[in-house]
Amino acid sequence: MGELFVGKSHPRVDRDKVTGRAAYINDITLPRMLYGKILYSSRPHARIVRIDTSKAEKLHGVRAVLTGYNVPEVRVGFLGDQTPLKKDKVRQFRDEVAAVAAIDEDTAEEAIQLIEVEYEDLPPVFDPLEAMQKDAPLIHEYDARGKPRRNNILPLPWRLVAGDVEKARRESAYVVKDQFRTQWVHQTCMGTSGGIAYFDVRDNLVFHSVTNVPFGGKDRLDMFLKNLGIKGRSRILTPYVGGSFGSKLDTDIYEFILVLLAWKTKCPVKIVFSRQEEFQASPPRQPVIATVEQGCDKNGRLTFRAVDMILDNGAYTSWGATTPSVMMIPMSSLYKVPNISFQATCVYTNNIYAQAMRGYGNPQATFVVEQSMDQLAEAAGIDPMEFRRINANEPFEKTPMGLAITTCPLKECLDEVKTKLNWDEKHGKRNGRGVGVASFIHVGGGARVYLSDAQGIIVKVDDEGKVTVITGGTDQGQGSETIIPQMVAEAMGFRPEDVFIFSGDTEVCPWDVGTHASRHAFITGHAILTVAAEVKQKILDLAARLMGNLLKQEFKKKIKIDPTFVEPQLDYSLLADPQNLDVKAGFVFLKNDPDNPFTKMPVSRILRKAHMTGTGKGEMVIAEAFYDPPNEMLDREGKGNLSCCYTFGTHGAEVEVDTETGEVKILNYVAAHDVGRAINPMLVNGQIYGATVMGVGYGLSEEMIVNHGRVMNPNLLDYKILTAKDVIPIQPVIVEPFEPAGPFGAKGIGEPACVPTAPALINAIYDAVGVRIKDLPATPEKVLAALKKKEQG
Amino acid sequence: MKQTISFKVNGDPVTVEVFPHWTLLRVLREELELTGVKQGCGEGECGACTVLVNGDPINSCIYPIMEAEGKEVVTIEGLAEKDNSLHPIQQAFLEKAGVQCGFCTPGMILSAKALLDKNPHPSEAEIRHAIAGNMCRCTGYVQIVESVQYAAEIMTKKD
Repeated sequence: MGELFVGKSHPRVDRDKVTGRAAYINDITLPRMLYGKILYSSRPHARIVRIDTSKAEKLHGVRAVLTGYNVPEVRVGFLGDQTPLKKDKVRQFRDEVAAVAAIDEDTAEEAIQLIEVEYEDLPPVFDPLEAMQKDAPLIHEYDARGKPRRNNILPLPWRLVAGDVEKARRESAYVVKDQFRTQWVHQTCMGTSGGIAYFDVRDNLVFHSVTNVPFGGKDRLDMFLKNLGIKGRSRILTPYVGGSFGSKLDTDIYEFILVLLAWKTKCPVKIVFSRQEEFQASPPRQPVIATVEQGCDKNGRLTFRAVDMILDNGAYTSWGATTPSVMMIPMSSLYKVPNISFQATCVYTNNIYAQAMRGYGNPQATFVVEQSMDQLAEAAGIDPMEFRRINANEPFEKTPMGLAITTCPLKECLDEVKTKLNWDEKHGKRNGRGVGVASFIHVGGGARVYLSDAQGIIVKVDDEGKVTVITGGTDQGQGSETIIPQMVAEAMGFRPEDVFIFSGDTEVCPWDVGTHASRHAFITGHAILTVAAEVKQKILDLAARLMGNLLKQEFKKKIKIDPTFVEPQLDYSLLADPQNLDVKAGFVFLKNDPDNPFTKMPVSRILRKAHMTGTGKGEMVIAEAFYDPPNEMLDREGKGNLSCCYTFGTHGAEVEVDTETGEVKILNYVAAHDVGRAINPMLVNGQIYGATVMGVGYGLSEEMIVNHGRVMNPNLLDYKILTAKDVIPIQPVIVEPFEPAGPFGAKGIGEPACVPTAPALINAIYDAVGVRIKDLPATPEKVLAALKKKEQG
Repeated sequence: MKQTISFKVNGDPVTVEVFPHWTLLRVLREELELTGVKQGCGEGECGACTVLVNGDPINSCIYPIMEAEGKEVVTIEGLAEKDNSLHPIQQAFLEKAGVQCGFCTPGMILSAKALLDKNPHPSEAEIRHAIAGNMCRCTGYVQIVESVQYAAEIMTKKD
């Protein structure tokens, strides 16, 4: 396509990360900084009878001891269903009961141990199905407005209905129905959560926050300050972040506690979680119980799908409760299915509460859809690969959810997997080896989950010929600091090494809705393209005005130094018209004579002249854009074109199941992804590899064991993320249909590869040994138990 | 009671007053401000705190400081040249995208260095074994393995 930088595997720019200079939250210390610690509840559901902090307060080095009884009662969270420090009642083991700030971590820890809390136990409920019963203990007696609650069901009735499911069911040739369950899993970022907060002399809050949503976080903190009666406003600074995967979208409770401690002590206060805290007190991906029924006609065309999901919300509400909005996408729009009924119910329990995690509900939903697809294919006697091909969505479809599909190479992805897995030869042998397949759809062009899906961007060019991009977006490792320079260089006529990024400061950076929903490259790319025209125009206008004289001066100088120099005869009127000029790789040149060395001038010279005029009439090059994509919010019926485009893909796995041990070995793995266009293929592969391996963990090994509300395996030895010893032979396949709605043709790729992994593996296990694991993860114990059960008939 | 301990860090001799129960990680991060050494779990499980002691990779979060007496410690800060030019392993991690969020990277690079110093031509299995104690949540390890393979290539050519 004649592009110089986009589409190339540029090396990552992370010199500071490989040299150890990148400062993560735990690496930042400030003068007079104190260390905060939190005391969590020791009961899953209880009344707080008494808190005695007197011993902690007397401990040398303690600067503040806070409880729900000595701070203003300010509600926080999406439904306002909690306060940072709990008063009267605890509803989960991670409930924050008290917090201290002390001169060092050891003292803070000791102070926490000295706090005595007396509880009066209340009957707990941990199973969401039990929690839905009429006589279940109420987790919340009142809602945020003080209105009495009658049950544990959240007031978020997620529903999507299209067509006539009853009629379609009656007319279907084949119908299958089953129930599937997924587990609690944790984002498990290598860098644990943490923050530093302090107030300046005008009572403004400065917050070093690991958030991916600096402006959303700022809003929440500003509201918190207002409700506390503090006059100041907040400023968020984001350091390097040791991974996110959804865990850093909401403002976490420890962050509000930091504000309280900083306000009380008038010192900077830092909290950094231990690994155990990270597992026990940061919100993970919630489990679901899903009943799915679907049918097809005699030719294998899907007729209807009806899904009922129950989500364990835990004790409070964060972004876990809004994941059904994304679940609707695979339910309605991965395959063509005209009649849909989907409903999701989020239920309060005394478990840890749930948040977003990579895929935002899609991994759970796709697990359900893609297993049921295999079952229905079998019922209809059609090869599962062929069955998916028959029903695969296609370009320009408008789905029952109202998604307007643009490019959709799903069939191509299926074919890639079929060929690379050697499907026809390997499928259906049931000899201990098997192949399985699962596809996905995900948002690829932003997602309007708020009224805005925008990003602001400011670009300035200085007289060294360098470009500074000031953006409200954040990077949590995905590589935007590498691809932003590629896109800027391409769009504005510079080299990637000339581009610098400034981000992570709400006081300076323009507004952005947040780095979520695989949107960063897509939205930033568009913002860059939007601003590029103006930047280029300003440079070329200045060039047209200044280049002629600069060249004449240059020639005079040359003649002075070298009298034999012959001044070239140039048509200066050509140079004086910006329409004749262009800029590339940092040089302005004549369009119809691009290689003429005499009319090629570095941008730096033009800018220097523009700044240093000597006339008092200097100019600079700076431009801004606020790009808000043409996507739609879902309406009350759950319908609307949420994203500008959708990304599709197919994963296929070949596994070997050891019938003696139940162990599943992955022999081959193909991950075919529609990315529209790869801005940087190496980084796209990085997202595919990383998310696939995370998805394998979801499918086979990862589970937070939550026993009566308590996380029993809060460490990396017992919570099994994969290591380098778990060799997954992944073949990534990048499919590039060039998306007209995308910047440079690109779609998002951050989340999707962890979406179809688990069902592809479970379907492969079924093909290998004929047992279907209906609750994740498929641990050797579960596979073995299923094999035994099958043997016993 | 604090005690005095002397060892070498990145070639420079240091003498530090420490409590004997402190870990090497704590001394490196908090006393010597070498924050390139990361704390990921504090329990010897994730490998983010890996440093080299007499050339061997160890988890500094469970390494008692008193054990370091007289030894040579290398942290990520000791890898690049004084003129800021990168060590071939660091360069390879950039060129092959062995880095994403970067939190595991210092430990990962040091484990790779310990391997390549002893075994300049490792197989994929040997690389995977060498970094088995360094957890990464971003990359799925593939491009880390490729980075180490590429580093081995560059380092062999240099010799």
